[in-house]
Amino acid sequence: MYNFDYLRPASLAEAVEAMKGEDAQAISGGQTLIPTLKARLASPSVLVDLSGLAELKGVSREGDKLAIGAATRHADVAGSEAVRSAIPALAALAGNIGDPAVRNRGTLGGSVANNDPAACYPSAALALGATIHTSAGRAIAADDFFLGMFETALEEGELVTRVDFPIPTAANYQKFEQPASRFALVGVFVARFPGGARVAITGACEGGVSRWDAAEAALSSDFSAGAVTGMAFPADALIGDIHGTPAYRANLIGVLTRRAVQACG
Amino acid sequence: MPGIKLTVNGKTVEKTVEGRTLLVQLLREELGLTGTHVGCDTSQCGACLVHVNGESVKSCTMLAAAAEGAEITTIEGVSSRDGTLNVVQAAFQEHHGLQCGFCTPGMVMSITDLLRVNASPSETEVREWLEGNICRCTGYHNIVKAALSAAETLRGAQPVAAE
Ligand SMILES: Cc1cc2nc3c(=O)[nH]c(=O)nc-3n(C[C@H](O)[C@H](O)[C@H](O)COP(=O)(O)OP(=O)(O)OC[C@H]3O[C@@H](n4cnc5c(N)ncnc54)[C@H](O)[C@@H]3O)c2cc1C
Ligand code: FES
Ligand code: FES
Repeated sequence: MYNFDYLRPASLAEAVEAMKGEDAQAISGGQTLIPTLKARLASPSVLVDLSGLAELKGVSREGDKLAIGAATRHADVAGSEAVRSAIPALAALAGNIGDPAVRNRGTLGGSVANNDPAACYPSAALALGATIHTSAGRAIAADDFFLGMFETALEEGELVTRVDFPIPTAANYQKFEQPASRFALVGVFVARFPGGARVAITGACEGGVSRWDAAEAALSSDFSAGAVTGMAFPADALIGDIHGTPAYRANLIGVLTRRAVQACG
Repeated sequence: MPGIKLTVNGKTVEKTVEGRTLLVQLLREELGLTGTHVGCDTSQCGACLVHVNGESVKSCTMLAAAAEGAEITTIEGVSSRDGTLNVVQAAFQEHHGLQCGFCTPGMVMSITDLLRVNASPSETEVREWLEGNICRCTGYHNIVKAALSAAETLRGAQPVAAE
């Protein structure tokens, strides 16, 4: 690891100020960034630690949505009564990220800001139609936030402060784990709302987390596993690597989507 | 360089560290607590697992500077001062839960945390909990047996402790 300065701001305002420094980078749980630094794939001059900022932590239910602070750890989302009762699929997703030690450090904000194409949270944010709030006062719809593999709409120095998740009538996340990394080889998040269904795919797409429009249309008129049976996600948009061909991933998307719909009940 | 003050196995520690110093480097290289191992250094294996404020953390994936004010417990801090093994360690000995022993400190710390949050884990729950703890020797069966046996001992011990 190259060396860097380490700052522990006392408030979000201080963190935003510190992020103006040249080559400053935020660190939240460090479960992605520290391995990246070890591999010398990043060389910030200063790390701004968000993990102690109480104003970025916690879950609250506000009407028909759940607001979750960016520095809320996966373990806290998984264990939150508010999340378990409002969106149990989101609590289950958080409770199945990595392993217990990873969940005791890793955070929601770090996951969405990183937008790893195999990460779990981006699929929930996209399928639930979440809104990502930032330190620049922006409220960005998930549809406009995730731009591609490891790419988001965040500007230089801009921090995710919280994510608002609309509460669906039903939702389910199905993850087929890559057995070594425990990330999603393919993950499918299905959310049902009174106005229709949304389906987001992670782990599989060249463009990072993506919606499956055709399945959404089918499920919006008939929310049943039968409605998506025989449908195939276009394989030309899918990742092929040592873990699976595009055709393999396309098949998994179909299987997991049907399972997720069934699990929604 | 950040100055930090934390508690390690009940003792107050004050150090100046580099920004990039990992918690595991502080423990092993500065404090000589070499029971915490580095297996992979890529956040996969859990040999470096310690408790930060009572919860499992991979100490190779946390900056020492981020441990400011924290209470850290390592494998050196779990047995009695006279060397008597704690319940989880004793269960590992009893059930032959280790071979080379490299993964064992992380396994013991991880299972201790599991039994804190779940006093009666099923075999499946033990196996799922240990997803982030890799053992290249035992095939896990005896580790799982040790965890289940430690849970039973602790449950049995509770009424006695309450008397
Ligand atoms: C063994 C292992 C298994 C894992 N398995 C999974 C899995 O199954 N599914 C999954 O989804 N993830 C998995 N992860 C990743 C884990 O969820 C990470 O915690 C998460 O992706 C990043 O969150 P973090 O808080 O650790 O972020 P960090 O590592 O601290 O930061 C990641 C990036 O986000 C930036 N950042 C952090 N916070 C903010 C913010 N508030 N605003 C703007 N930018 C910010 C940082 O600058 C950095 O670029 C795994 C990790 C490990 C080590
Ligand atoms: S050495 Fe930390 S997880 Fe392997
Ligand atoms: S006993 Fe050798 S690695 Fe587990």
